[in-house]
Amino acid sequence: MSGPDTSSPFVGETFEGAQELGSRHDTAPDELEREVGSVLRLPESRGVDSGDIDVERPDDETMIINMGPQHPSTHGVLRLMMELDGETVLRTKPIIGYLHTGMEKTAEELTYQQGSTNVTRMDYLSPLNNELVFSLATEKLLGIELPPRAVWIRMLLSELQRMSSHLMWLATNGMDVGSTTMMIFGFRERELVLGFFEKTTGLRMNHNFIRPGGTAADLPDGWEDDVEVILDNVTSRLSDYDALLTGQPIFHERMEGVGALSADEALALSATGPILRSTGVAWDLRRTMPYLAYDDVDFDVIIGTYGDNFDRYAIRINEIRESVRILWQVLDKMPPGDYRVQDKKVTPPPRARIDESMEALIHHFKIFTEGFKVPEGEVYVAIESPRGELGCYLVSDGSSKPFRMHIRAPSFVNLQSLPVMMHGGLVADAVATISSVDPVMGEVDR
Amino acid sequence: MTAETAPFELSIPAVPRSTSEDGHDLLFPDRDRYHDVVARHREAGFEMLAGLTAVDYLGHPGRQLPEGVKPERFELVVMLLSLAHVRRVRIRVQVPEEGAEVASLWDLYRGAEAMEREAYDMYGITFTGHPDLTRILMPEDWEGHPLRKDFGVGRVPVQFKHAPGPR
Repeated sequence: MSGPDTSSPFVGETFEGAQELGSRHDTAPDELEREVGSVLRLPESRGVDSGDIDVERPDDETMIINMGPQHPSTHGVLRLMMELDGETVLRTKPIIGYLHTGMEKTAEELTYQQGSTNVTRMDYLSPLNNELVFSLATEKLLGIELPPRAVWIRMLLSELQRMSSHLMWLATNGMDVGSTTMMIFGFRERELVLGFFEKTTGLRMNHNFIRPGGTAADLPDGWEDDVEVILDNVTSRLSDYDALLTGQPIFHERMEGVGALSADEALALSATGPILRSTGVAWDLRRTMPYLAYDDVDFDVIIGTYGDNFDRYAIRINEIRESVRILWQVLDKMPPGDYRVQDKKVTPPPRARIDESMEALIHHFKIFTEGFKVPEGEVYVAIESPRGELGCYLVSDGSSKPFRMHIRAPSFVNLQSLPVMMHGGLVADAVATISSVDPVMGEVDR
Repeated sequence: MTAETAPFELSIPAVPRSTSEDGHDLLFPDRDRYHDVVARHREAGFEMLAGLTAVDYLGHPGRQLPEGVKPERFELVVMLLSLAHVRRVRIRVQVPEEGAEVASLWDLYRGAEAMEREAYDMYGITFTGHPDLTRILMPEDWEGHPLRKDFGVGRVPVQFKHAPGPR
């Protein structure tokens, strides 16, 4: 209803509006369309006409319940308002913002040098991809060419990250459908990858390792052996997952035909990543708009057919296999050379040089106090993160801090397809469907 | 690929254009033609709205714009993606500070829903025709639009041990 009538002096300050729902007859048609069609979002393919709305139906036959933000299965602080008709979910509205920390505003206060520490905290399950997209955007503005080893190190890390992210997803998805064994398995294998990251970057998460101009350091000695151990382990254990889940009848019952989405709906809702591919659209930025050196490696783009939860599961487990395939090629092809660009204005000098060279000292001082200046311009760079198109829109005004940095977060956009997937399903399947979208709330809210 | 992409460029005359540093096409329609230009792109095979955001150019007015485009305080940036033609187009619309109103793309791309709400929340640009233009990231009762350049950055005073209290 329309709030308190403030023009009247007799209305007390505690007036909260009428407490009963009015009849649908009283609402103007376009307002009613807004209310039932989009405020609680209805699938586009079943888009409402104002003529189709049943004005006779009282609004109290269905129930609106709230799920989250503290619900353990919502993968963080996602809150869903669901309209239920008995056990069936009719309309859903995701409510986000509980983890909003203004990282895009923070980015305007940090230099390009410091920027990767900020973006790495957005998608905390694949931090290296965030650093990668920010660094690629900065480098495009700077117009610098990376040495080949830096490119291949980035590819190595990016694919390992995709593996660990999908393993984490398998773990949490397993838990959401009731398989705690899968949860333990997924975390166990992810630990192998995180151990390698710790050895390489010093941290298990939020690495700040991929920076504008290359990477922070070279790979540690014996990295080939470590990666081989990871790949061998993951390959053999993927067949364990197949035995545990892929062929299992209970798992099929929970996943098949649940949360289906059509290709048209996915495109209209701007869904990318495994959600779009599960509907049969072969769109993977690594293949269609290659960045780094994805031209030079062989891999398949995995697509589904039905766009349901099982397809999204199958895509993710097979993408781990494709990542393994890419990583074997990276092991073969890793070129020698520099791991960062030797541009004195961008890259800090090695520690030893500072003692003997005045210029090195000056460059070091300038880079760490004021940062490097980036030419004016604006770019949009997109990469394929484990969740979809991760884009960075960067505007520079010629200073050493971004004038504007926008991250096009795949989880944020993919979350819009959730109401469509959940429509007409059971509330018991809602948890599995939320999980199959794979939202990372740090990235949704930024 | 050039043969496929030629028709888009022919179909939208009289819109200032250029190419950005990243090689994407840039289009600078004015606010009245913006919705129409996006609609034409959608017909020409741009199936997806890849992104929508805004920039507040307060304090940085001298940016590069093609001739005939008057810089305004806000700029709406729309990234369109064509899967069929493997191509990106970026549409930049100048939005003045007074009456910052733009037509919503919701009727063309349902995916614009959350993105336009974010732009509204962060910059206060209103989108006419949007079904539910409410704050998305900030609390409902928040005052101001935090990504505007004149919105201050908050600071939390550091607590020191044994510091003199307020009284």
